[in-house]
Amino acid sequence: MSLDSWVLLTLTGDVEMASAPKLRQEVASLVAKGRYYLILDMTAVDFIDSTGLGVLVGALRRVRVHGGDLALVCPDFRLKNVFRSCDLDRIFALHDTVDEALGVGK
Amino acid sequence: MKVGLVELRVPPRLEFLQVIRAFVGAVALVSSDLTAQRASDLRLAVSEAASNGMKAQFRLGAKDEILICCNLDHRQVEVEVRDHGGGFDPKAIKAVPDIESPQRLHYESGLGIALMRRLADEVVIETTPEGTAVRLIMELDNFETEL
Repeated sequence: MSLDSWVLLTLTGDVEMASAPKLRQEVASLVAKGRYYLILDMTAVDFIDSTGLGVLVGALRRVRVHGGDLALVCPDFRLKNVFRSCDLDRIFALHDTVDEALGVGK
Repeated sequence: MKVGLVELRVPPRLEFLQVIRAFVGAVALVSSDLTAQRASDLRLAVSEAASNGMKAQFRLGAKDEILICCNLDHRQVEVEVRDHGGGFDPKAIKAVPDIESPQRLHYESGLGIALMRRLADEVVIETTPEGTAVRLIMELDNFETEL
Protein backbone atom coordinates (compact mmCIF):
# COMPACT_ATOMS: atom_id res chain seq x y z
CA MET A 1 0.00 0.00 0.00
CA SER A 2 1.40 3.41 -0.94
CA LEU A 3 1.64 6.52 1.16
CA ASP A 4 -1.27 7.93 -0.86
CA SER A 5 -3.60 5.45 0.83
CA TRP A 6 -2.48 6.45 4.29
CA VAL A 7 -2.79 9.67 6.21
CA LEU A 8 0.43 10.64 7.91
CA LEU A 9 0.10 12.55 11.16
CA THR A 10 3.29 13.92 12.66
CA LEU A 11 3.24 14.31 16.44
CA THR A 12 5.70 16.43 18.36
CA GLY A 13 6.55 17.19 21.98
CA ASP A 14 4.58 15.58 24.77
CA VAL A 15 1.52 13.38 24.16
CA GLU A 16 -0.11 13.53 27.57
CA MET A 17 -3.14 14.62 29.54
CA ALA A 18 -2.89 18.23 28.37
CA SER A 19 -2.36 17.55 24.66
CA ALA A 20 -3.99 14.15 24.03
CA PRO A 21 -7.58 15.45 23.59
CA LYS A 22 -6.47 17.37 20.50
CA LEU A 23 -5.04 14.17 19.00
CA ARG A 24 -8.25 12.28 19.82
CA GLN A 25 -10.25 14.97 18.03
CA GLU A 26 -7.93 14.92 15.01
CA VAL A 27 -8.23 11.14 14.62
CA ALA A 28 -12.02 11.24 15.04
CA SER A 29 -12.20 13.94 12.37
CA LEU A 30 -10.12 11.90 9.90
CA VAL A 31 -12.19 8.76 10.50
CA ALA A 32 -15.37 10.79 9.99
CA LYS A 33 -13.95 11.78 6.58
CA GLY A 34 -13.44 8.13 5.67
CA ARG A 35 -9.68 7.98 6.26
CA TYR A 36 -9.17 4.63 7.95
CA TYR A 37 -5.44 4.08 7.37
CA LEU A 38 -3.37 6.25 9.63
CA ILE A 39 0.34 6.50 10.34
CA LEU A 40 1.27 8.41 13.46
CA ASP A 41 4.87 9.50 13.25
CA MET A 42 6.11 9.83 16.85
CA THR A 43 9.75 10.39 15.94
CA ALA A 44 9.65 13.89 17.46
CA VAL A 45 7.63 12.88 20.54
CA ASP A 46 9.57 13.35 23.77
CA PHE A 47 7.09 11.89 26.22
CA ILE A 48 3.86 9.89 26.36
CA ASP A 49 1.71 9.08 29.37
CA SER A 50 -1.23 6.75 29.99
CA THR A 51 -3.71 9.32 28.65
CA GLY A 52 -1.75 9.53 25.41
CA LEU A 53 -1.56 5.74 25.20
CA GLY A 54 -5.31 5.58 25.78
CA VAL A 55 -5.93 7.93 22.87
CA LEU A 56 -3.81 5.67 20.65
CA VAL A 57 -5.83 2.63 21.78
CA GLY A 58 -9.02 4.52 20.94
CA ALA A 59 -7.62 5.53 17.55
CA LEU A 60 -6.80 1.91 16.75
CA ARG A 61 -10.34 0.89 17.69
CA ARG A 62 -11.86 3.64 15.53
CA VAL A 63 -9.99 2.65 12.36
CA ARG A 64 -10.35 -1.11 12.92
CA VAL A 65 -14.14 -0.75 13.14
CA HIS A 66 -13.96 0.35 9.51
CA GLY A 67 -11.47 -2.31 8.47
CA GLY A 68 -8.59 0.16 8.59
CA ASP A 69 -5.30 0.15 10.42
CA LEU A 70 -3.03 2.35 12.48
CA ALA A 71 0.75 2.23 12.25
CA LEU A 72 3.06 3.90 14.74
CA VAL A 73 6.52 5.19 13.90
CA CYS A 74 8.35 5.19 17.20
CA PRO A 75 12.13 4.82 16.95
CA ASP A 76 12.94 6.09 20.46
CA PHE A 77 13.77 3.24 22.83
CA ARG A 78 12.42 5.05 25.87
CA LEU A 79 9.02 5.49 24.24
CA LYS A 80 9.11 1.87 23.12
CA ASN A 81 9.72 0.88 26.71
CA VAL A 82 6.57 2.73 27.77
CA PHE A 83 4.53 0.68 25.29
CA ARG A 84 6.22 -2.49 26.54
CA SER A 85 5.49 -1.56 30.15
CA CYS A 86 1.76 -1.72 29.36
CA ASP A 87 2.06 -4.67 26.93
CA LEU A 88 0.76 -2.33 24.26
CA ASP A 89 3.62 -3.36 21.98
CA ARG A 90 1.51 -6.51 21.50
CA ILE A 91 -1.32 -4.64 19.80
CA PHE A 92 0.67 -1.87 18.12
CA ALA A 93 3.42 -2.51 15.61
CA LEU A 94 6.16 0.00 16.45
CA HIS A 95 8.21 0.96 13.41
CA ASP A 96 11.46 2.84 13.21
CA THR A 97 10.63 4.75 10.02
CA VAL A 98 7.60 5.74 7.95
CA ASP A 99 8.93 3.60 5.06
CA GLU A 100 9.11 0.60 7.34
CA ALA A 101 5.53 1.23 8.51
CA LEU A 102 4.34 1.34 4.90
CA GLY A 103 6.17 -1.87 4.12
CA VAL A 104 4.13 -3.85 6.57
CA GLY A 105 0.82 -2.08 5.96
CA LYS A 106 -2.18 -3.95 4.69
CA MET B 1 25.22 10.05 45.72
CA LYS B 2 24.09 13.27 47.29
CA VAL B 3 21.44 13.22 49.98
CA GLY B 4 18.67 15.74 50.31
CA LEU B 5 15.02 16.66 50.36
CA VAL B 6 13.52 18.94 47.71
CA GLU B 7 9.92 20.00 47.23
CA LEU B 8 7.83 21.53 44.49
CA ARG B 9 4.33 22.90 44.87
CA VAL B 10 2.26 23.49 41.75
CA PRO B 11 -1.26 24.68 41.06
CA PRO B 12 -3.60 21.94 39.79
CA ARG B 13 -3.31 22.97 36.17
CA LEU B 14 -2.36 20.66 33.31
CA GLU B 15 0.39 22.91 31.98
CA PHE B 16 2.28 22.28 35.23
CA LEU B 17 2.63 18.57 34.50
CA GLN B 18 5.54 19.47 32.24
CA VAL B 19 7.10 21.48 35.09
CA ILE B 20 6.72 18.49 37.42
CA ARG B 21 8.44 16.20 34.93
CA ALA B 22 11.29 18.65 34.43
CA PHE B 23 11.68 18.95 38.20
CA VAL B 24 11.79 15.18 38.77
CA GLY B 25 14.15 14.74 35.84
CA ALA B 26 16.51 17.35 37.31
CA VAL B 27 16.37 15.77 40.76
CA ALA B 28 17.06 12.33 39.28
CA LEU B 29 20.18 13.75 37.65
CA VAL B 30 21.56 14.46 41.13
CA SER B 31 21.57 10.72 41.69
CA SER B 32 24.39 9.43 39.54
CA ASP B 33 23.30 5.92 40.55
CA LEU B 34 20.00 6.12 38.69
CA THR B 35 20.34 5.15 35.02
CA ALA B 36 18.80 7.34 32.33
CA GLN B 37 16.13 4.70 31.67
CA ARG B 38 15.14 4.46 35.32
CA ALA B 39 15.14 8.24 35.69
CA SER B 40 12.80 8.35 32.69
CA ASP B 41 10.59 5.68 34.29
CA LEU B 42 10.44 7.70 37.51
CA ARG B 43 9.53 10.86 35.60
CA LEU B 44 6.62 9.09 33.93
CA ALA B 45 5.44 7.41 37.15
CA VAL B 46 5.42 10.77 38.98
CA SER B 47 3.62 12.42 36.08
CA GLU B 48 0.93 9.72 36.26
CA ALA B 49 0.46 10.26 39.99
CA ALA B 50 0.29 14.03 39.54
CA SER B 51 -2.19 13.67 36.64
CA ASN B 52 -4.43 11.52 38.81
CA GLY B 53 -4.16 14.05 41.64
CA MET B 54 -5.09 16.91 39.35
CA LYS B 55 -8.05 15.02 37.90
CA ALA B 56 -9.28 14.28 41.42
CA GLN B 57 -9.01 17.95 42.34
CA PHE B 58 -10.75 19.02 39.12
CA ARG B 59 -13.72 16.86 40.11
CA LEU B 60 -13.95 18.62 43.47
CA GLY B 61 -13.00 22.05 42.19
CA ALA B 62 -10.16 22.04 44.74
CA LYS B 63 -7.57 24.72 44.03
CA ASP B 64 -5.00 23.47 46.55
CA GLU B 65 -1.47 22.99 45.31
CA ILE B 66 -0.15 19.56 44.41
CA LEU B 67 2.96 18.73 46.44
CA ILE B 68 5.89 16.87 44.90
CA CYS B 69 8.47 15.90 47.50
CA CYS B 70 11.72 14.17 46.44
CA ASN B 71 13.77 12.45 49.08
CA LEU B 72 17.23 11.28 48.06
CA ASP B 73 19.29 9.03 50.24
CA HIS B 74 22.06 6.50 49.81
CA ARG B 75 19.70 3.65 49.00
CA GLN B 76 16.85 5.10 47.02
CA VAL B 77 15.04 8.00 45.42
CA GLU B 78 11.56 8.45 46.85
CA VAL B 79 9.05 10.86 45.35
CA GLU B 80 5.79 11.60 47.11
CA VAL B 81 2.89 13.16 45.22
CA ARG B 82 0.21 14.55 47.50
CA ASP B 83 -3.13 15.94 46.38
CA HIS B 84 -6.30 17.25 47.98
CA GLY B 85 -8.65 15.41 45.66
CA GLY B 86 -10.85 13.69 48.21
CA GLY B 87 -9.27 10.25 47.98
CA PHE B 88 -10.57 7.17 46.20
CA ASP B 89 -11.40 3.52 46.81
CA PRO B 90 -8.55 1.42 45.41
CA LYS B 91 -10.88 -1.61 45.32
CA ALA B 92 -13.20 0.26 42.97
CA ILE B 93 -10.56 0.48 40.26
CA LYS B 94 -11.50 -1.81 37.38
CA ALA B 95 -8.70 -3.79 35.82
CA VAL B 96 -8.44 -3.36 32.07
CA PRO B 97 -9.05 -6.56 30.07
CA ASP B 98 -6.11 -8.71 29.06
CA ILE B 99 -4.17 -7.36 26.13
CA GLU B 100 -5.28 -10.34 23.98
CA SER B 101 -8.97 -9.64 24.62
CA PRO B 102 -10.98 -7.98 21.84
CA GLN B 103 -12.50 -5.84 24.58
CA ARG B 104 -9.11 -4.29 25.35
CA LEU B 105 -9.52 -1.67 22.61
CA HIS B 106 -12.62 -0.35 24.37
CA TYR B 107 -10.59 0.76 27.38
CA GLU B 108 -8.81 4.08 26.85
CA SER B 109 -8.25 4.78 30.54
CA GLY B 110 -7.29 2.85 33.64
CA LEU B 111 -3.62 2.37 32.82
CA GLY B 112 -2.13 4.98 35.14
CA ILE B 113 -1.77 3.07 38.41
CA ALA B 114 -0.75 -0.14 36.61
CA LEU B 115 1.92 1.82 34.77
CA MET B 116 3.23 3.32 38.02
CA ARG B 117 3.49 -0.17 39.52
CA ARG B 118 5.38 -1.45 36.48
CA LEU B 119 7.82 1.46 36.39
CA ALA B 120 8.67 2.06 40.05
CA ASP B 121 10.29 -0.48 42.37
CA GLU B 122 7.70 0.24 45.02
CA VAL B 123 4.44 2.18 45.01
CA VAL B 124 2.66 3.06 48.24
CA ILE B 125 -0.77 4.67 47.99
CA GLU B 126 -2.36 6.23 51.06
CA THR B 127 -5.79 7.63 50.43
CA THR B 128 -8.17 9.36 52.82
CA PRO B 129 -11.28 11.51 52.35
CA GLU B 130 -8.97 14.54 52.35
CA GLY B 131 -6.71 13.38 49.56
CA THR B 132 -4.16 10.91 48.32
CA ALA B 133 -0.43 10.51 48.80
CA VAL B 134 1.44 8.32 46.33
CA ARG B 135 5.02 7.36 47.17
CA LEU B 136 7.13 6.13 44.27
CA ILE B 137 10.42 4.53 45.19
CA MET B 138 13.39 3.67 42.98
CA GLU B 139 16.13 1.64 44.63
CA LEU B 140 19.62 2.71 43.66
CA ASP B 141 21.19 -0.71 43.69
CA ASN B 142 18.95 -2.04 40.90
CA PHE B 143 21.42 -1.18 38.24
CA GLU B 144 20.51 -1.65 34.62
CA THR B 145 22.73 -1.59 31.59
CA GLU B 146 22.39 1.57 29.57
CA LEU B 147 20.98 0.84 26.09
